[in-house]
Amino acid sequence: MQQVTPSQLTLGPLLYLWQGEAWRDFYFRIADEAPVDHVVLGEVVCSKRAHFMAPYMQEVTERLQRAGKRVRHASLALVTLPREEKATRELRDLDGVIEISDLSALPALAGRPTTVGPLVNVYNAATVRFLASQGVTSICLPPELPFDAVCEIVGSVPQMDFEIFAFGRVPLAISARCAHARVKGNTKDNCQFVCAEDPDGLPVTTLEGQQFLALNGVQTMSHTCQTLIAEIPDLQAHGLTGFRLSPQHCDMVAVAEIYRQILDGTLEADQAEMALQAVYPDVPFSNGFLHADVGADFVRTPLPAAIGQ
Amino acid sequence: MELICPAGTPTAFRDAIEAGADAVYCGFRNETNARNFPGLNFSRDELAEAITFAKSKSVDTLVAINTFMHAGNEALWYKAVDDAVDLGATALILADLGLLAYAAKKHPGQRLHLSVQASASNADTINFMVDTFGIKRAVLPRVLTISEVAAITRKVRCETEVFVFGGLCVMAEGRCSLSSYATGKSPNMQGVCSPASHVRYRRDGKALVSELGAFTINRFAEGESAGYPTLCKGRFAAGEQSGYIFEDPVSLDALVHLDALAAAGVSALKIEGRQRGRAYIAEVVRTIQTTLGASPAQRAGHIGNLSALSEGQRTTSGAYEKRWR
Repeated sequence: MQQVTPSQLTLGPLLYLWQGEAWRDFYFRIADEAPVDHVVLGEVVCSKRAHFMAPYMQEVTERLQRAGKRVRHASLALVTLPREEKATRELRDLDGVIEISDLSALPALAGRPTTVGPLVNVYNAATVRFLASQGVTSICLPPELPFDAVCEIVGSVPQMDFEIFAFGRVPLAISARCAHARVKGNTKDNCQFVCAEDPDGLPVTTLEGQQFLALNGVQTMSHTCQTLIAEIPDLQAHGLTGFRLSPQHCDMVAVAEIYRQILDGTLEADQAEMALQAVYPDVPFSNGFLHADVGADFVRTPLPAAIGQ
Repeated sequence: MELICPAGTPTAFRDAIEAGADAVYCGFRNETNARNFPGLNFSRDELAEAITFAKSKSVDTLVAINTFMHAGNEALWYKAVDDAVDLGATALILADLGLLAYAAKKHPGQRLHLSVQASASNADTINFMVDTFGIKRAVLPRVLTISEVAAITRKVRCETEVFVFGGLCVMAEGRCSLSSYATGKSPNMQGVCSPASHVRYRRDGKALVSELGAFTINRFAEGESAGYPTLCKGRFAAGEQSGYIFEDPVSLDALVHLDALAAAGVSALKIEGRQRGRAYIAEVVRTIQTTLGASPAQRAGHIGNLSALSEGQRTTSGAYEKRWR
């Protein structure tokens, strides 16, 4: 008989730069109040930022663990400098599971159970099988993947756990160049950490005033917040068990509570959408990637009948 | 250093060889390659003919199968690999881990190159690919300075190849969903970026506005030359700034760094532009080969001859110089 795994919530790594104490207090409250099963900590976007959170890492980790949350530490997404390679290798010294954001972490963590974050290119089951052979036990699929691919991948490799990027601005690109620093008149090497002035990203609009993207240091994010709601029962029906919430500068405890109810089937989609809009107003929602459509769009038609069901 | 030239069509392939290419790279006519543009690329028969011609001239043929396999449609990518091997490709240029695993297992003798789309930006990743899949060369992403290129090349157990001329990705290659965010079509999945099918130009008074999908990418005043709306090279507003916030409409020209790249131990120099016309390719190849063959003292005279061929007539060394960041 098939064993049914209950749906789990993961709080992804905070992708923005917050001041150390604000970072600590955010996670303290997550530890005490948020109904999430997993929490991913660590700096993913820019190696220059790591010292902001470092003094608080241990107490935050302990507080989350005492609250029963399973903690993972994320690796850096773009590794080019020797000190970034070294930082990636040193993840080996941490207790617990590491979430890989760049493939350089894979050999560094050989023999250790690892997970793979949404910034690694996992587009098919063959890639999943390869990662499984390297000790990877769980994968958060790339936000760009359409529903048919998600179903195909989840169905084909039963021993792997999968997560989907259910809530948050989508990390769309990363560069060696820091557009955020440049827009504020600085260079990357002397950036003065101006990205900390925008705890939810710096909006990018078109010349005609359309909201479009958001800058987060060297990372470019969507302006819209990817918000999967009505799609969740279909994803659950196809065997997806992990749902990732990516921290935005809003009440993430409330977001987690709403998602817990969506996963448990105790909150209707339209009510959930209104509740999420109240918690994270002013930012439009999107779900186009999952619908194999324009990523920025919010599609209200049902998902296509998926294969393999 | 070997010069690797792009070919989008069989005629461009021949012209690149006649102009002096050491190797030519190309792809099949479908979404298995990252330049999946209408009217471009090779059928199986065309590739067979091209490879035969290249062999007769002792030129290598590299076949790019460098998009990511669609789940459920992997057979298309596996067939591309099998066909390229059967036809005698010198090397396959791959990015997808699942496809690398397939190629390494099914065709153990076949030379494999790691595509720039694999985004291997450090020695640890590249050496892992050498140990795991036996790759013989890695194409380095356009996010590295010359000194970083040199440091990686020293540490890796395979050859390195770098881009020296043509289009410039501002974002780390293979890790960019900007195009699909605006159009639903991406480099990783469909092999396209900012596709022409989603481009529209419209007049607004005397200005010309370029759009990609539902988004305005640029606005040109009367008399200003209007470039193609590649998303990361558009004009936008952020904070107090308005303009080219990611990158100007420039292309890459790293010819001033040829000596430094040679000293760094780089094995091959790559020209971007499988979507370019045959005349362009031939001209670029000829000029770069002349520059490579010139003495360092003469070289300066040749550099700059290519600028007229560059997008918007403006070029940059991109990430090779640290101040670009």
